[in-house]
Amino acid sequence: MNQVKRIAGFFWIAIAFVAYAILLKTTINQIAAKPTTDTIVQWSIFAIIFLPIAIGLIIFGWLAMKGDYDQLPVSSEEVAD
Amino acid sequence: MQTVTDKKQIRQIIFASSVGTLIEWYDFYLFGSLAPIIAMQFFPKADPTAALLSTLATFAAGFIVRPFGALVFGRLGDMVGRKYTFLLTLVLMGGSTFAIGLIPGYEKIGFAAPIIVLLLRLIQGLALGGEYGGAATYVAEHSPESKRGFYTSWIQTTATLGLLLSLGVILLTRKSLDGNEAASIKAFESWGWRIPFWFSIVLVGMSIYIRMKMNESPLFSKLKSEGKISTNPIKESLYKRSNLKMVLLALFGATMGQGVVWYTGQFYAQTFLENACKIDFEQTRTILICAIIFATPLFIVFGNLSDKIGRKWIIILGMFLAIISYRPIYQQMLKLSTTQQVVLDESQTKIESTINVGVHKDFSLRTTTTQHVYQNGITEKIVHVDTLYNSGEERAQSIDKSSKILPTNTYWAMVALIFVQILFVTMVYGPIAAFLVEIFPTKIRYTSMSLPYHLGNGVFGGLTPFIAVLLGTIYTADPLVGLWYPIAVAALSMVIGAMYLSNKIDPNVND
Repeated sequence: MNQVKRIAGFFWIAIAFVAYAILLKTTINQIAAKPTTDTIVQWSIFAIIFLPIAIGLIIFGWLAMKGDYDQLPVSSEEVAD
Repeated sequence: MQTVTDKKQIRQIIFASSVGTLIEWYDFYLFGSLAPIIAMQFFPKADPTAALLSTLATFAAGFIVRPFGALVFGRLGDMVGRKYTFLLTLVLMGGSTFAIGLIPGYEKIGFAAPIIVLLLRLIQGLALGGEYGGAATYVAEHSPESKRGFYTSWIQTTATLGLLLSLGVILLTRKSLDGNEAASIKAFESWGWRIPFWFSIVLVGMSIYIRMKMNESPLFSKLKSEGKISTNPIKESLYKRSNLKMVLLALFGATMGQGVVWYTGQFYAQTFLENACKIDFEQTRTILICAIIFATPLFIVFGNLSDKIGRKWIIILGMFLAIISYRPIYQQMLKLSTTQQVVLDESQTKIESTINVGVHKDFSLRTTTTQHVYQNGITEKIVHVDTLYNSGEERAQSIDKSSKILPTNTYWAMVALIFVQILFVTMVYGPIAAFLVEIFPTKIRYTSMSLPYHLGNGVFGGLTPFIAVLLGTIYTADPLVGLWYPIAVAALSMVIGAMYLSNKIDPNVND
């Protein structure tokens, strides 16, 4: 199972890139098609707010590939210290 | 000692925490529930859809700032204490809600009105970001291991009950401003919408009084007395790899999927009933109210069950059922409310036309209301407004506005469809507080659990109705296209959760 978890890490990274690329492309297309304040504000909010989340998913995938999720912490001491 | 075994005492703790959180949700949802009226008052636009989107954007702003509130107040809660932090969030939330009810409309103070509303909405979002984590942590830190899911599930009911309270107060106010129903609705849209906002100050006052009597969490007090509280909870939560990995896992494997399931069942469903099915304002809300009343006890059932079989698989199953059921459920909602290809009962068609002279002397408005009754029992009211210029020119001022009243059997079928969606919400949301509390250590718990919770619910969940509506405007051929957003997000979260989360209940949250 740990091997599967590690391999899947690559897919989480890929999903983060693909999903954000689709969002960015849609944002550019929507703003180009209707460059009103509403459109620009709405789609810019999406593009900005989902950027750190996409980065988070990349980090998650990277940690999974590195084996950080092979064994989850049993006590809080393993997390805090 | 750390937990409370006395039943009376734990009941008081749950009650005091839950009432405050419920009121915060009430405050927060008022704005969303009154979005179209607030759009008219503060965001005037010729195109009503644009006005609604502007308000939804403000709504979204309220959600997007929630993760920042989670960080600010989470840090405070881990450094100063749980009790004082969630007292502060309550004051901020109640104060800003009351203030929204006082702001003069755009017609009186111009652009200052929407700007002030936006700022107050942001404060609401920040306060909410700090509230939930505090209440959930506070209750969990008083609970014994075997009842942690059960006790924290009471906190989980507050979001739904807050929505219920807001819908109830709105409907009651809307109906009671005048003996004549039409006049009452008109008064509500003109000024009566402010009353539910003012009402908040009474609720908040009561809740502050109750919370002032509460003691600090025993676990936090112990840490404080031992000098072990964190000096920089944000840094410890996000910059320490061992904790960051749990924050990311909580977000992508649980709260992200839970957030979209929650907001689809309770908010997108409401938007869909009103905008796609064209169900009447009042009926839409009573459908939701009935479904919520029937489904709310299930939060407790699944919270309790999670103490026996673990949290993980209940949450994952809730996501799975939502993913496979959403499209059939919404398809059925459309089918139940359609009037296309349904035979019209022409003998019951009524047409009324009235002419109102507006404030401008050079034109008047002619409102034509046509009421059709279909053989499937649906009554459809179409309001058409024409502008009649004194010069003799005549043109349509707006497109037809249609609303449908469902017959009793269809109404209850619709309640059942919403109930099923809220059932999924209770599965994913009932055990989530206990789950989040258990994966983080006491000294950075408030910060660590608040962040994934509010990213999942605020950003992924809160934007669900907005993104779904936008998808519908881009891909117009499929009326259910908006559902692909919650389905995709929930599917990703379900797979990650199933693969990486543990189903083990943490026996000790005192560390």
